[in-house]
Amino acid sequence: MQELKALSEERAPKWLIGLTAIAFMAVAGAQVFGFITSPAAEQYQHSQKIMYVHVPAAWNAFLAFIVVFWASLVYLWKRSEGADLLAESAAEVGAVFTGLTLLLGSIWGKWAWGVWWTWDPRLTSTAVLFIIFVGYLALRSFTEDPERRATWSAGVGIFGALNVPIVYMSVRWWRTLHQVQSSPETMSAEYVTALRVNGIAFLLLLVAVLGWRYRAARIQRRAEALHEEAILEGRQVHV
Amino acid sequence: MNKRFIGVFGTVLVLTGFGYLIWGGLGGSLVYFVTPTELLARGEAAYETPVRLAGNVVPGSVNWNARELDLRFHLSDGETDIEVWSKGAPPAMFQDTMGVVVEGRYNRAGIFESSSVMVRHSNEYKAPPEGHRPADTYEALIREE
Repeated sequence: MQELKALSEERAPKWLIGLTAIAFMAVAGAQVFGFITSPAAEQYQHSQKIMYVHVPAAWNAFLAFIVVFWASLVYLWKRSEGADLLAESAAEVGAVFTGLTLLLGSIWGKWAWGVWWTWDPRLTSTAVLFIIFVGYLALRSFTEDPERRATWSAGVGIFGALNVPIVYMSVRWWRTLHQVQSSPETMSAEYVTALRVNGIAFLLLLVAVLGWRYRAARIQRRAEALHEEAILEGRQVHV
Repeated sequence: MNKRFIGVFGTVLVLTGFGYLIWGGLGGSLVYFVTPTELLARGEAAYETPVRLAGNVVPGSVNWNARELDLRFHLSDGETDIEVWSKGAPPAMFQDTMGVVVEGRYNRAGIFESSSVMVRHSNEYKAPPEGHRPADTYEALIREE
């Protein structure tokens, strides 16, 4: 009980607090482009600015699922608890950023395309990616045995992350309503800069939230272990 | 049936389903849209079937009646041209030469009756030149009537 209390009162590492502060300031600061300096685009007008948050959100989701893929492989290979917890953290963070990508894309789509949603291969494959990782989180919460949970979710995590290249390439492989990826050649230089700065700010945010989520996962795992220990020893457990 | 069997069976079922969706369904039979040429090549099967049709708005073909919310235009893939009739205001970026995807059915009179017009734009984003205000195409469209 004492140990659990100490655990919950443990201070977060300084680097994480510092990084989080920097990340929040960077994300807020990067919005200067969208709200103030960036001129309305030809045809797209102000709707083009949604790109500054929609695209980095998608990048973050992809990166988070690559972390899931890698951590899941490491878990299956080394059976390390840390890898399992990192996979869990990245899966949750990735699911949130995928949801954000869908939401922001939907708002942009309503203006530029005329619809909130359409079942084209890009949107459909992104929705599939989202649902797989929501399922991943559900699977984890329904499985009590830590080792079994880690093994099963590693399988689902690897399988789910295999969808990342499919989502990315969907606009090139199949006919879609969604346009193909832009490049510095297809965008005005000032838009490229604004997008890059937002990309970096979002990357900092990704590392920060991943750090917090991983820390929470470690604390939760230790609490679980203490709980189990207490039951095995026949002690009274207050939850 | 034991739990392990259900688990394995379920996993195989889900994997097969996704495999079909990804490599079989999405790649082949479930094409998101057809071009005017492809639609007409279907012959008799082209008529009165729900389908998505994509092409570019033929310049000068747009006829928009703001009072009736009635939109008529020609859609082309460069080879074949199909006339589209639609009810309701088009999306803001709808204009000459713009890529569009329309949902609806091709009728016996040779008109595509659309229930939804979607803009299919490119990946190009251009800032307006110095001192130039971007044309508000949507307002211009309504003013022209």
